[in-house]
Amino acid sequence: MSAISVQHIVKTYGSKKDTVTALKDICFAVDEGELFGIIGPDGAGKTSLFRILTTLLLADSGTALVDGFDVLKDYKAIRNRIGYMPGKFSLYQDLTVEENLQFFATIFNTSIAENYELVRDIYIQIEPFKNRRAGKLSGGMKQKLALCCALIHHPTVLFLDEPTTGVDAVSRKEFWEMLQNLKKQGITILVSTPYMDEAGLCDRVALIQTGNIMSIDSPGNIIEQFKKPLWAVRSAAMFRLLNDLQHYNNTESCYAFGENHHLILKNNEADPVELNNYLRDLQHTEVAVQKISPNIEDCFIELMRQN
Amino acid sequence: MTETVIKASKLTKKFGDFIATNEISFEVAKGEIFGFLGANGAGKTTAMRMLCGLSIPSSGSASVAGFDVYKETEKIKQHIGYMSQKFSLYEDLTVKENIRFYAGIYGMERKAIREKTTMLLEQLRLSEEANTLVKALPLGWKQKLAFSVAIFHEPKIVFLDEPTGGVDPITRREFWNLIYQASERGITIFVTTHYMDEAEYCNRVSIMVDGKIEALDTPHNLKKTFNAASMDEVFLQLARGAKRIGD
Repeated sequence: MSAISVQHIVKTYGSKKDTVTALKDICFAVDEGELFGIIGPDGAGKTSLFRILTTLLLADSGTALVDGFDVLKDYKAIRNRIGYMPGKFSLYQDLTVEENLQFFATIFNTSIAENYELVRDIYIQIEPFKNRRAGKLSGGMKQKLALCCALIHHPTVLFLDEPTTGVDAVSRKEFWEMLQNLKKQGITILVSTPYMDEAGLCDRVALIQTGNIMSIDSPGNIIEQFKKPLWAVRSAAMFRLLNDLQHYNNTESCYAFGENHHLILKNNEADPVELNNYLRDLQHTEVAVQKISPNIEDCFIELMRQN
Repeated sequence: MTETVIKASKLTKKFGDFIATNEISFEVAKGEIFGFLGANGAGKTTAMRMLCGLSIPSSGSASVAGFDVYKETEKIKQHIGYMSQKFSLYEDLTVKENIRFYAGIYGMERKAIREKTTMLLEQLRLSEEANTLVKALPLGWKQKLAFSVAIFHEPKIVFLDEPTGGVDPITRREFWNLIYQASERGITIFVTTHYMDEAEYCNRVSIMVDGKIEALDTPHNLKKTFNAASMDEVFLQLARGAKRIGD
């Protein structure tokens, strides 16, 4: 049985005249114990999808099962079994760290002691501040407390909506290490993120853009499916180089990527010697052209271009 | 000699016993793209608020666009632009109204506003959306428009606070093209970001840790100094040593 199964989910907002389609016929399934990522920018439909699966929003059509329960008919059963960390900090600001955790444990008819094992590694990091009000915590500590509160009733499926948005690179890394530990304990995790580099940390990902899933697979397979040779190009004048590459007659696609520009040529077999000549004629110096393997962000850009 | 547009010397801000920004010193040249990086809580926002004339320093000195951060804060505000992901445009005003509103606030003449608005909308390929409410625009368009509005009055410096958070990868790059164009026109760009690939697009990058600037150099030199393959690694090496927890 799949931990999450989504079939033909459609969600629109607004009136008849002015309709925005947030989710267009979405289908996917998440296996038990899987760490599954929904990767896409703001406005892709991530939050709508999470709210439908956590029974907080009704889809226009389609069906979805969480842990075998229907989001429509069995919403109460689902609410008892899942953990949900919304994108916006939603704990009680004027309760302390400990009170928040106690509150959520009590609501789910359990106690902190009963499931302490599950949250221990995370909770000990904020325990020195257990008497501080949640509203007075730093961003990183709020995030850890919210994760503890979502876990304290030992959910079977954990929903994390953009847990790392606006969080610095160090805290993001730590957060993903926590998720890997939870995964080892058998919890199914559905996590969304706009950061493409986090895709590599998931078992499988769905790349989502304007309500469409463009691709679902393991990060490795998605990269495998990128068939075109990709070149990293660099010179002493990077901004001029980008313009020149975009105007090169054999360029299919070219965009900035960190310290290089990434280039796909129209003729897949094209010899970079020609490209080198073209750049030399334009007086580029310190030119370096190197064939590289793509990453998830390259794949995302390519899929966006094709759609 | 290139003109210096931001000059900070031992700039410090204390809140009680807490030293949010601790004696930071740096200079930014005209037209430079200056990346201002740091972990959450490192003191970036406090430093930026002082440079924008929104917060008076506790000690040290700084001038922005030639104006003093203690005495000439109103002058500073007139000569800079500001944009962040959280606050940019008024959702309930149309594209055109937003432009007119901001340009008006900065004291531009009506005729100049009209002419420049037409030009800008053509450039952004937004002419047909001139009378559309901003809230109806896709996020990517909004962010590009917000940046263009922030530099509409041709400020000497524009401060960008995480301008590309959550934006799709193609739009993020279009946004950086606008930044490059502005920099070529001589506008200085002071930008914070959590995307480390964007740190590579800056001419120079400073990295703050616990209120201090721990590193400041070109991305190329930083990678060399820290013996790192990417700016991500440089950042992790520095920020891992932080004692403060978040903001």
